[in-house]
Amino acid sequence: MTQKNRLSGGQIDLNATHSFKFDGKTYQGHQGDTLASALLANGVRLMGRSFKYHRPRGVLTAGSEEPNALVQLRSGARQEPNTRATTAELFDGLVAKSQNHLGSLRFDAMAINDRFSNFLTAGFYYKTFMWPKAFWEKLYEPIIRKAAGLGSLSLLDDPDVYDKGFLHCDLLIVGAGPAGLSAALTAGRSGAQVILADEDFRMGGRLNSETLAIGDESGADWAATTLAELGALPNVRIMTRTTVIGAFDHGIYGAVERVSDHLSMPQTGKPRQILWRIYSKHTVLAAGATERPIAFENNDRPGIMLASAMRTYANRFAVTADQRVAIFTNNDDGHRTAADLHAKGVKIVAVVDVRAVAPTSMDYEVLHGEIVNTKGRLGLTFADVKLANGTERTLDVGALGVSGGWNPNVHMTCHQRGRPTWNDDLAAFVPGGTLPHGMIVAGAANGDLSTHGALRGGAQAAKAALGLKGRLPKLPQAEDAPVNVTPFWYVKGASRAWLDQQNDVTVKDVKLSHQEGFRSVEHLKRYTTLGMATDQGKTSNMGGLAIMAELASKTIPEVGTTIFRPPYTPTAIGVLAGRHTGQDFHPKRLTPSHNWAEERGAVFVEVGNWLRAQWFPIEGETHWRESVDREVIATRKSVGVCDVTTLGKVDVQGADAAAFLNMIYCNGFAKLAVGKTRYGLMLREDGIAMDDGTAARLAEDHFVVTTTTANALPVYRHMEFVRQCLVPDMDVQLISTTEAWAQYAVAGPNARKLLEKIVDVDISNEAFPFMACANITICGGLRARLFRISFSGELAYEIAVPTAYGDALMRKIMEAGAEFDVTPYGTEALGVMRIEKGHAAGNELNGTTTAANLGMGRMVSSLKDSIGKVLSQRDGLNEADDLRQVGIKPVDPSDPVPAGAHLMNADGPVDAAHDQGYATSACYSPNLGHSIALGFLKNGSDRMGERMRLMSPLTGVDVEVEIVSAHFIDPDGDRLRA
Amino acid sequence: MHNLQTLTALGGTQPRVDTFPHITITENDGVALASVAARVGKQAACHKVLKKLLGGVPETGRAVLHDPEAGFCMGPDQWMLGAPKDTHEMIADQLKDLFGDTASVTEQSGAWVCFDLRGPAMEDMSERLCNIPIRQMVSGDVRRTVIHQLGCFAIRRLDADHLRIFGPRASAATLHHAMLKAALSTA
Repeated sequence: MTQKNRLSGGQIDLNATHSFKFDGKTYQGHQGDTLASALLANGVRLMGRSFKYHRPRGVLTAGSEEPNALVQLRSGARQEPNTRATTAELFDGLVAKSQNHLGSLRFDAMAINDRFSNFLTAGFYYKTFMWPKAFWEKLYEPIIRKAAGLGSLSLLDDPDVYDKGFLHCDLLIVGAGPAGLSAALTAGRSGAQVILADEDFRMGGRLNSETLAIGDESGADWAATTLAELGALPNVRIMTRTTVIGAFDHGIYGAVERVSDHLSMPQTGKPRQILWRIYSKHTVLAAGATERPIAFENNDRPGIMLASAMRTYANRFAVTADQRVAIFTNNDDGHRTAADLHAKGVKIVAVVDVRAVAPTSMDYEVLHGEIVNTKGRLGLTFADVKLANGTERTLDVGALGVSGGWNPNVHMTCHQRGRPTWNDDLAAFVPGGTLPHGMIVAGAANGDLSTHGALRGGAQAAKAALGLKGRLPKLPQAEDAPVNVTPFWYVKGASRAWLDQQNDVTVKDVKLSHQEGFRSVEHLKRYTTLGMATDQGKTSNMGGLAIMAELASKTIPEVGTTIFRPPYTPTAIGVLAGRHTGQDFHPKRLTPSHNWAEERGAVFVEVGNWLRAQWFPIEGETHWRESVDREVIATRKSVGVCDVTTLGKVDVQGADAAAFLNMIYCNGFAKLAVGKTRYGLMLREDGIAMDDGTAARLAEDHFVVTTTTANALPVYRHMEFVRQCLVPDMDVQLISTTEAWAQYAVAGPNARKLLEKIVDVDISNEAFPFMACANITICGGLRARLFRISFSGELAYEIAVPTAYGDALMRKIMEAGAEFDVTPYGTEALGVMRIEKGHAAGNELNGTTTAANLGMGRMVSSLKDSIGKVLSQRDGLNEADDLRQVGIKPVDPSDPVPAGAHLMNADGPVDAAHDQGYATSACYSPNLGHSIALGFLKNGSDRMGERMRLMSPLTGVDVEVEIVSAHFIDPDGDRLRA
Repeated sequence: MHNLQTLTALGGTQPRVDTFPHITITENDGVALASVAARVGKQAACHKVLKKLLGGVPETGRAVLHDPEAGFCMGPDQWMLGAPKDTHEMIADQLKDLFGDTASVTEQSGAWVCFDLRGPAMEDMSERLCNIPIRQMVSGDVRRTVIHQLGCFAIRRLDADHLRIFGPRASAATLHHAMLKAALSTA
C-alpha cells in the first residue's frame, strides 16, 4: 500500500519498512515513525472516538501531551489500553486497535450520544440520575461506565517483568531539547556526574521538528553532534525513552525508562520498563513548552491539529495529514508551519491570522479573520472563515493547523506545590513560587522560547547549579526571534468548541459551570472534569481558565491555575510494582533445617516472613488433625522435636545488662544467677502486656533474651529505644542473633535420654535442673547453647548451634532419637501442647491484656521500677471483676469450644451488656479426648467449676461449658522438672 | 572433633556460583563474622585494640580491608569484624580474648549470607538492586541499604569491579533470587 501522505526528507529510515495493523488493516511505515505518523502517512486521520460523545477523533499533537489518539496497543496479555499513538514507536508486526466504540470505528453506534449532547453537559450525572435512588448503582452507573470510557483491559496477567533502580548524580537534566543539551554540554565538560533524560526515542526536542539552523548545521544535526560528544563523556548518562514523572522530596525524582516498548516483546529476562529513583543534587528542568489550541466550533475533527505538530510530522517524520492544509493562528509561530509545509510541496490553502498585522507570504494567502466552523463527518473537509471585513469564506482543506501560542511545561515545578506566575508577554504561566529542592528551570520551560534563549538558558542553569566559575561557553549562532502573540482563546459565539478533547469538555461547559456558581478554578476543574483526564489538561487548561476569567471579569492570574501532580504522563501500574509481584511480593525467611522439613513433607505456614512447619504428615494421614494429634501424643509419650529457630533472640551484654533487663521486664532479673534462665514479661508504658519470653544469663555481663516470633522486631526496637533514649548512660549493648543460631526444642519424657547421646556435658536433673542454661559443646566439640525450658509442659530442652550446623543437628537428633521414636512436630502440635499447659501466647497477649489478666499480676515487682509498672496500677486496670485467664472445657465432650466465642452466664440475658469474657485459644486435646480452650473471664479465678454458655451468635455457637484451671495437663509442673 | 557438616546459606554443601557474561554472583561461605560494640566509658581502649588488629578504626560508612581480618562500621561505636572461616571459626572467642571488657563481642557468622558480585556490569547491577551511590563509592566504602525489602550491607572492595553484599541469612534464597533477576535485567 502506498503511503500517500509521505513527504521527502525527515529523520526516518526509508530503507527499513515495518508492517503493522490498525483495526485489522495492514499498513506500512518506517523505522523512526510513531504509530501516529505512520497512520497519517497512510492517509488515516480517524484514530478513535471521544470519551463521552463518541465524536470521531484524530491526532491533535505529536507528543506525550496527546489527548485524542489513544489506542489499544498489542494483543493478548500484552494488550495495553489508552496508549498514545503519538509516542508509540513503530515496530514490525505492531498491532493496534481503536477504542471506545460500539461497532466499527467509522460507524460507532454510541455516537448517538452526540445527538443528546444537551442532556450530557457538565455535571449531568448529578442532575439526571437522581431518581429513583436505587437505580444509580444497579442501572445508571453500569450503563454510563459502558458508554463512556477509554480502552479495555485484557484481564490477563501481565507477562512482562518490570524493574526498579536507583541512580545518583550531581545534575539531572530533564529534557534533551536545545536547553537540555546545552546544559548537559556545560555540565558534562566540567566533569560533574550528569544524567540527561528525555521521554522521546530521539533526543533533540523541537530541534528535530524545525528547520532552524544552529551555527552552520541544522538543529537536528547539531543535536546529533552534541549527543555524540556527550555519549563519549564517561560522566554523562544519556537516558532516552525515559520520562521523568515526578519531583519528590529532597531532590528525588521518579523516572520511567521504557526499555522494551519499542520491541514486539522484551528480550528474555529484560524488563519492559524500569522505574528509576534518581537522587540528584541539582536539577535543570528543560521540559520545553506545549503549543495550545484555539477553541472554535467543531474544532475536534480528525485533521485538525496543533500547527507545531504539523511541523513535527513534516520535518521529522516526513508526513502531512493531508495535501491541502490551512493554518489558524494568533502568533508568528503558526506561520512557520505554513512555510515549512509549503517548502515540502504541501498546498497551503490559507493562513488565517486573528491579528491585523501579521507576516505575509508570496507563496500562499494570509487572511485576517477567524475559523468559525468546520465540516466533515469522519474528518475535516471544509473550514469556514469569517474575515475581519465581515465576509465569509469556506476553505477546502483536509488538515488545519492551529496555533494559540505556547505554554511553558511548568508541571514539574508544581510537584512540591510551587505555583506558576503569569507572564503577559507570553500570555502564559511560567515557573514561580518555591521550586522543588535544587531545581533550576531553563529554556522554553522557563519562557525562553527562542533557540538562542534555550541554548543560553541551559548553559547558564548548568553553571549556576554546579557553581562553575568563568564565562559562559561560546554559543553557536541560532534563531532568536521575539515572541509575537496576541492572546486569543476562543472564537466568540462558539458553543460546541472543544477545550479538553480527552474529557469532552467544551466552551459551553465552562460557561455552564460559571452560570451554576462553580467559579473557583478548583470547582471548575471538578465540575466540568476539565484537565482531569490522563493528559492532565496539557492542551486544555489554559483555554478553560481564560474563558472563566472573561466570564468572571477577572484576569487569568486572578482566576489562577490548578496544580499539577505526578506522574507527568500516564504510568503503568506494573512499573510501580517492579519486581514485587506474586511470589516475589515479599521476602521469605527459611530456617536452617528447611530443606530437611521439606524432605519430610512438612506443611508450611507463613509466620511473618518465616516459613514454619505446621505439621509433618505421614503415610496414611489424610487430615491435618490426624497428624497433629499423633505428634502431640508421641511427644507427651516419648519425645518430640520442634524447630524454634524463629523465636527472636537478642544478645544483651555490658556491665549494666542485668539492670537493663530489670527495667524492661516487670519481674526481677538483677539477682538471676549465672547459668539460669527466667521467664520474663514485658509491659508497655501503659501497663498492657507487650511480649513474653525468657532471658538466660550466660555470664555476669551477658544475657540472651528470647522473644515471640511475631514480636522479635518490635521487642528489639523497643529495647533499642530504651537503651538509646531512656537509659543512655547504662553500659549495655544489644544485637539481634535471631538468625545466628539454629534452635530446636526437644520435649518429652525421653528428651534427656535423647540429648545425652548428643551433648558432651552432664545434663542430669541435678547437674542441669529446670531453667538451667549453659554454653556447651555437642557431638565431640561443636559449640552450642542449651536451655532447659519448656513451652509444652514436658521435660524439655532447647538446644542451639550456629546456623550452618542446624540441618546437621536436626538430622543428628532424628538419628539419635530413633530408638525413642522421636517425632518431629510443627506449630500446630506446639499450639495444642501450650494450650494444654495453659501457657499464654499471642492470642492472650493481644494488646488489651494486663499481667493481672494473665494471672501474673504478682510478677510485677513492687521492689523495683520497670517500664509499665506505674500505669499497670491504675484504677481502670484493677477492678474487682477484672478478667482472669481461665480454662474452658465443654460439658458435653463432643462439643467444640471455638476461640472468639463469648462467655455468658448460664442463666440471664445474652447481650453485650452481660458479656462475661471470651475464649482466646482453642484446640482439640488428644490427651484429654475433647476440645479445650483458654480464655478470659470476669473474676475468673473465683469461678472455677461454674457452668456457663460459650456463645457466638454470628456463627450459631451455643455450648454449655465448665470453667476450669488453665492448666489442663500437669498443673503442678512435675513433668517439666523431672 | 565433631563430624557435623555445615550447609551454606543457600542450603548447599558447596557455595553457589552464577556466571553471566558480564557479572558473576558468588555465594561466599568462607567469612566468619562477629560484632564488636565498645563498652560505655571504654571506647578509647576499644579503639586501641581495633587499631592494633585492623590498622585503624573503621569510620562511619567505611571499612578497613585488612588481611586477614577486616571490619566495617555498623553504627556508633559498633563494628562488624570478619576473617576467613577456615582460620577463624571461633572468631568471637578470639576477639573477646583481645578486647576483654572493652567491648561486647557477639558471634554473627550464622546470621549473614555473603555474596560477592564481580564483573564489568557490577555497577549497573548494583543500581538495579539497591539505593547506594555506587559510582561515587570508592574502595572501602560501606552502605547500609535495602535489597528487596531486606536490610543489607554493601561494601565496595579493593577491586574496582567487586561489591560484597552481606544480607540476612534466613532470606538468602530471596536475596539470591533478586540478584539473579537483576543480573538478567542488566544489559
